[in-house]
Amino acid sequence: MDLSILTAAAINGLLLGGIYTLVACGLTLIYGVLHIINFAHGSLLMVAMFGVYYLLTVFKIDPYVSLLIMVPAMFVLGYALYKGLIGRFSSGKDENILLITLGLSILLENIALMFFKGDSRTITVAYSDTMIELGPTLVPLPKLISFAVAMVLCLALGWLIQRTDTGRAIRAVAKERMGARLVGLDVDKVYAISFGLGLATLGAAACLLMPIFYVSPTIGHVFVLVAFTVVVLGGMGSFLGAVLGGLIVGLTESFGGLFLGESLGQIGISLIFILILLLRPSGLFGAKA
Amino acid sequence: MSDHLHAARPVPWGLHLSLLALAVVFPFVFPSNFMVNFGVMALFYAFIGQAWNISGGFAGQMSFGHVAFFGVGAYASSVMQMRFGFSPWWGLPGAALAGALVAGFVAVVSFRAGLKGSYFALITLAFGEVLRIISNSVDITGGGLGMLIPMKRSVANFQFEERSGFYFLILLLAAASVALAEWLRRSRFGARLAAIRENEDAAKALGIDVLSEKIKVLVLSGAMCGMGGCFFAQYFLYIDPTIVFGVDKSVEMLLVSMIGGAGTVYGPLIGALLLASISDITRVMTQIQGLSLVIYGGLLVVIIAYLPNGLIDLFRRRGGQPGGKR
Amino acid sequence: MLQVQGLSKIFGGLRAVDDASLSVDKGRIVALIGPNGAGKTTFFACVAGFHRPDAGRVHFNGQDITGMAPHLIARHGMVRTFQITQPFAKLSVLDNIMVGAYQLHARDADARAHAIAVAQKVGMAPLLGQAAMELTVAGRKRLELARALATNPQLLLLDEVMAGLNPSEIVEMVGIVRTIRDMGVTVLLIEHVMQAVMSLSEHIYVLSHGRVIAQGAPRDVVSDPAVIEAYLGRGAAAIHGGGAHA
Repeated sequence: MDLSILTAAAINGLLLGGIYTLVACGLTLIYGVLHIINFAHGSLLMVAMFGVYYLLTVFKIDPYVSLLIMVPAMFVLGYALYKGLIGRFSSGKDENILLITLGLSILLENIALMFFKGDSRTITVAYSDTMIELGPTLVPLPKLISFAVAMVLCLALGWLIQRTDTGRAIRAVAKERMGARLVGLDVDKVYAISFGLGLATLGAAACLLMPIFYVSPTIGHVFVLVAFTVVVLGGMGSFLGAVLGGLIVGLTESFGGLFLGESLGQIGISLIFILILLLRPSGLFGAKA
Repeated sequence: MSDHLHAARPVPWGLHLSLLALAVVFPFVFPSNFMVNFGVMALFYAFIGQAWNISGGFAGQMSFGHVAFFGVGAYASSVMQMRFGFSPWWGLPGAALAGALVAGFVAVVSFRAGLKGSYFALITLAFGEVLRIISNSVDITGGGLGMLIPMKRSVANFQFEERSGFYFLILLLAAASVALAEWLRRSRFGARLAAIRENEDAAKALGIDVLSEKIKVLVLSGAMCGMGGCFFAQYFLYIDPTIVFGVDKSVEMLLVSMIGGAGTVYGPLIGALLLASISDITRVMTQIQGLSLVIYGGLLVVIIAYLPNGLIDLFRRRGGQPGGKR
Repeated sequence: MLQVQGLSKIFGGLRAVDDASLSVDKGRIVALIGPNGAGKTTFFACVAGFHRPDAGRVHFNGQDITGMAPHLIARHGMVRTFQITQPFAKLSVLDNIMVGAYQLHARDADARAHAIAVAQKVGMAPLLGQAAMELTVAGRKRLELARALATNPQLLLLDEVMAGLNPSEIVEMVGIVRTIRDMGVTVLLIEHVMQAVMSLSEHIYVLSHGRVIAQGAPRDVVSDPAVIEAYLGRGAAAIHGGGAHA
């Protein structure tokens, strides 16, 4: 196999992987702090992507500019969702929360189906077709921009968690909920903020994905498995793991498609997921359960 | 999530027989195609819902990937028929075997690795996905185009002149599944599954081989799902990877049980009747795609939140106090 | 009946159990005591197969059962209860006990009859229909005991079966344990409640920091300076002149 083809696949994989990382960061934050496996993560991303779609088609707002709108909007949605629904059941049985988020994802997906039918939609912007030469391959400009922004946002999230007071509170609650409560932290508020942040990453990811991908009501399924795979590979609750996991999963998808073809290539992600759960469930960097 | 397996009053035989009688009479009272189809779909979902219920409700091993066993059954029987020329009736045992084998594999691999709870649910989802992708990519299953079974209506062909033929067949399967669930409530196997569901460590301390029982129940569940897949293929005469390996079926199996009442004998039937009703009503009254599932998703959230034992709790409250002796 | 030799269990850097040896003769009641965190429950867990010991051997009725799976050990006749009770919460008391009874009987009717008999023996007959999660602490302890008893064990490992009981409940439970022994079951119990330990046990082992620091007849063990120090701190033995009361 031609080295240039391999390199091209690698580059594409990494670029896409960067965005998977962003999606997974939100999921791992939610899990790390609230210990909730948010099955609705994929459908929520889908909702955000439709948001970006309409912001462009109706209000003519460039998807990257939409970041300024979508990120806070999704944060608010996340906060509200936590307060209104998730929060009441987050202390119950693990499986109950999984079922509630499953129910939520079914709701979201089918409401979207009702309104938008099953078609996929894509957007084009002025620079959609601008290609940048990167080694042996030509990469669409939006893909590069998206990757760069995704990485910046991941770093920003990491900085927020490590250096700010809010981040410190989040880490405290994640590590030791009872202790955090005892020192006066409003644990419920931290939970709501964390859930909001988790969804904010989806808002950002949506802005970055729309220029290079497509949206349809059922796209949540695809992303949920990808997001879970990244998080499990990297280790639940680990940001470094999410970054590395995202890149690895992106590469796997790319090489999978290259070697196995369009259809069979998707199997790589599911296989990684299965193998990690069976052989090393704590992932690359996660805490041993 | 589940009922007091033994603590609730058992369903009296009279009720079982009355329900069966009602079901037998149903297609004669409502012979229209629409109603018989409603009956078929309700019983179909009751059957595969019960299949899920046995491992997910009685044994507490919640799975998001039961569609894997269903799809494997659908393809097994279709491939046997279309590619190898078997009589379609061989499809039923063939599908059961296929479902059982895949379930056995998934069970051994997952349970030996110690997966439980949400992790088990997720890995079953991934297995379902793997099978969907494979069936989408290989020739023997027709790839993305799926498989079409030519219409040749005759009993010998596992297709019926009258739709009611299908109805009585699925009624037989559904009734058998109810009988199986009843047997579980009264047997040592069922008691052990309940123990495993409630507390695995305590079960081990009392001599229960937890791994072995879990595998057994999943194999049983898989066999049933497989048969459901075979029936589905013969009823609709067309299957493709999205239909028979898509997440939707897994969700439906789970929904009817959880909404009706996981771990109960009639929970899946209640859930199935509701699903089929909502599905038919929304289809007839509106053209809106997806409305029925919106209702279903909302119901799931509401039920888990307020009636975690499922709708069957509504029937129980006026009935008896929990914990009657038999 | 039970012979444990040189058992060790290490978690990370912590030696939870350190070269502990113990033996229990058939038909006796033996107690394992020691301050909190001494490693007693870990010891039980290793003996009953819930943890794999890092060193040492466990012999039951002459057979080496070290590291055997817990359900197999239970089938061999050694059954443990748990310090924090582990009832089958949503099942009724009767069904809980029946799970144990099914160890011996394959048929529903036989298991039920046996379970009812066991329940009567421990005084749980009036509670048979109640859901396990509705029981009081004392009820759960008793249920844990009854469930284990229904398997017809040869050796019962009771982990703090008196914890959380009020004085009159303790007296009742002591009576029940004695009845169990009189039925022919050998008992090894972990206990903090000294009243129960003193009145029940014929032989005591004392565990501290994972090591067996003393063993013998109750009266001797209780006045052993090493034991006093383990419980009360260094120098306590000198203050108390080496003679403590239970």
